[in-house]
Amino acid sequence: MFSRREFLMAATAVTAILGPGAVGRWSRAAAQQKLTEADLLDMAPHGNVTLVHITDIHAQLKPLYFREPSINLGVGEVAGLPPHVTGADFLKLYNIRPGTPHAYALTSEDFEALARQYGKMGGLDRAARIVKRIRDERGDSMLLLDGGDTWQGSYTANKTLGADMVEVMNALKPDAMTGHWEFTYGTDRVKELVDSLPFAFLGGNIYDAEWNEPAFEAYRIFERGGVKIGVIGQAFPYTPIANPRWMFPNWSFGIRETDVAKNVEAVKAEGAELVVLLSHNGFDVDRKLASRVPGIDVILTGHTHDALPEPVKVGDTLVIASGSNGKFVSRLDLDVRDGKVKGYSYRLIPVFSDVIGSDPEVAGLIDKVRAPYEAELGRKLATTESLLYRRGNFNGTFDDLICQALLAERDAEIALSPGFRWGTSLLPGQDITVEDLHNACAMTYPAAYRSPMTGQLIKDILEDVADNLFNADPYYQQGGDMVRVGGMGYRIDPTAAIGSRISEMTVLKTGEAVKPDREYVVAGWASVNEGTEGPPVWDVVEAHLARNPVVRLEENRSVKVTS
Amino acid sequence: MKLTRRQALALSFGATTLAVLGVPTTRAWANTEATEKAIKEFTGGAAPEAGRITLDAPEIAENGNTVPISVSVESPMSGDDYVQSVTLLADGNPNPAVATFHFTPLSGTATATTRIRLAKTQNVVAVAKMSNGAVFSDTKLVKVTIGGCGG
Repeated sequence: MFSRREFLMAATAVTAILGPGAVGRWSRAAAQQKLTEADLLDMAPHGNVTLVHITDIHAQLKPLYFREPSINLGVGEVAGLPPHVTGADFLKLYNIRPGTPHAYALTSEDFEALARQYGKMGGLDRAARIVKRIRDERGDSMLLLDGGDTWQGSYTANKTLGADMVEVMNALKPDAMTGHWEFTYGTDRVKELVDSLPFAFLGGNIYDAEWNEPAFEAYRIFERGGVKIGVIGQAFPYTPIANPRWMFPNWSFGIRETDVAKNVEAVKAEGAELVVLLSHNGFDVDRKLASRVPGIDVILTGHTHDALPEPVKVGDTLVIASGSNGKFVSRLDLDVRDGKVKGYSYRLIPVFSDVIGSDPEVAGLIDKVRAPYEAELGRKLATTESLLYRRGNFNGTFDDLICQALLAERDAEIALSPGFRWGTSLLPGQDITVEDLHNACAMTYPAAYRSPMTGQLIKDILEDVADNLFNADPYYQQGGDMVRVGGMGYRIDPTAAIGSRISEMTVLKTGEAVKPDREYVVAGWASVNEGTEGPPVWDVVEAHLARNPVVRLEENRSVKVTS
Repeated sequence: MKLTRRQALALSFGATTLAVLGVPTTRAWANTEATEKAIKEFTGGAAPEAGRITLDAPEIAENGNTVPISVSVESPMSGDDYVQSVTLLADGNPNPAVATFHFTPLSGTATATTRIRLAKTQNVVAVAKMSNGAVFSDTKLVKVTIGGCGG
């Protein structure tokens, strides 16, 4: 593990040119209990180009609570490196004092108390205010780039098949976006929405599966602040594996490193002085890509939902991780001269919804798209006495609730719930509304299946998902968290090889070992298999909440991690 | 409803139509010997070197039944210096031999693209034989997965 000093020297040497990082300054402001919009947004302009990045909004139009992970393990070469640093270690690494606004925004430390103190984060009307202010300051020197996973993740996005998000995002005037969950609306809907966009939808790694030809625009050249900028889009490489391929059978994805390299050469040949990869690869994949593909100045990374207050430098490439759910907006000022980045200034802007003002135009649009659903969104289903959250490698309390519902309502012995990284948090004492429930499960393939599986098969599934998360080679990682399990405990050694990570599988109710050849009734949801049958998972959870209107969850100790 | 392993895998977390047989407890390339034998037969006993040949394959197959594979070999493709043939092998398939492409100087370039079926996670090997008898190879690990829950 690096000390902060070593880390700074290794990763962010250029910052030294620009004086002390902004994080410490915010901490001081907060210590004096007078955090203002100016503290968050005032930034001395630097250079001639500004990139503004927002990613993985997951259709969250309104301010929310989102607890960052307490466990986010890295394996192999990246063990202990950001973003695989959490909690108190994260605070130490970035010199953030516990209890400050940044500690609240970036970690899970003391989350409940700090959430009550500092309030909700995000809201696209707040993000719009930030974007418009930077645009006012920087004029035609600014690009707004959206890293994707924008159109999915809420009740209204599901009802409107993404139209609500397209309408609101258009008001922010992005210059380009790429995608992942967008594709789960299916080929026809994606084409319809993409064709309607007044900006570029880029994906150099999306191919027509039949003809093996590029299916989307790979890159676009922009001129900003007198600098030609080549922006290359990289959609989530494993969309057809992690999500239902049958919904977009004619599109093939993949990392396609050689294509990235070719597109870097292509934009340079067209005169680009600054090369930006707008990526949904996930952090570790992008870190590896940056070490292998020369010529990329900036990677705006997404997918793995990491929020890092400083860029990570890989060779000459700056890797920027801007968080998720609208909690952060990134501003990267660059001094580009003679085809080279001579210096930069960076700020990960935390969108404190009580500090950042609301943009009236976008606030009006948000009200408009939500209006037809407002009564249903606010319908109370239950109250929670426990903190509900999802993010983390092995379990989250919201998933515990979903697993309990699957076990009870589907009369199953074991429940499986996917390890998505989206899903918002609720504080103890809050109502659980229809909107909150859908924030945890809104998708286009929600069927809650019920089927017998042998103990061996359940182990194989856990081994396979664990390898997608903990393969030592980032190019074989898919970026989700471990599948959540109800009714069963197990031990995992993330550093072991596929087939030997999972052990001690135990039926929690009886304390008996899971038998490889016995069949167990398993309930789950979000199967990628076409024709999966079962009620939507939100109906299952709603029925469970109707019978259990007060949610109280015990600490989940069913997954033991060998380190 | 009783599922076979194959249906259940697809049902739970990823679409695959592959017959994944048994659990790989190690990176078991079942047919390493048969693959080495096939390479020797193709090269006439010479051990292939790295370089000249590039094999392009996905890191993780989207559909193991039809995995796109491309291979290209650097060569002037002139009368006295050209690529004679390229063979593709999949070392985890019951029969590793996949295809052999033959070239002449008139081919212009030595490139080929095909789709192959992979029964499980395994190495794909491409070996090129040059007109002067030199042999080159490249290997890619292609993972066949039941899919994750990407977030």
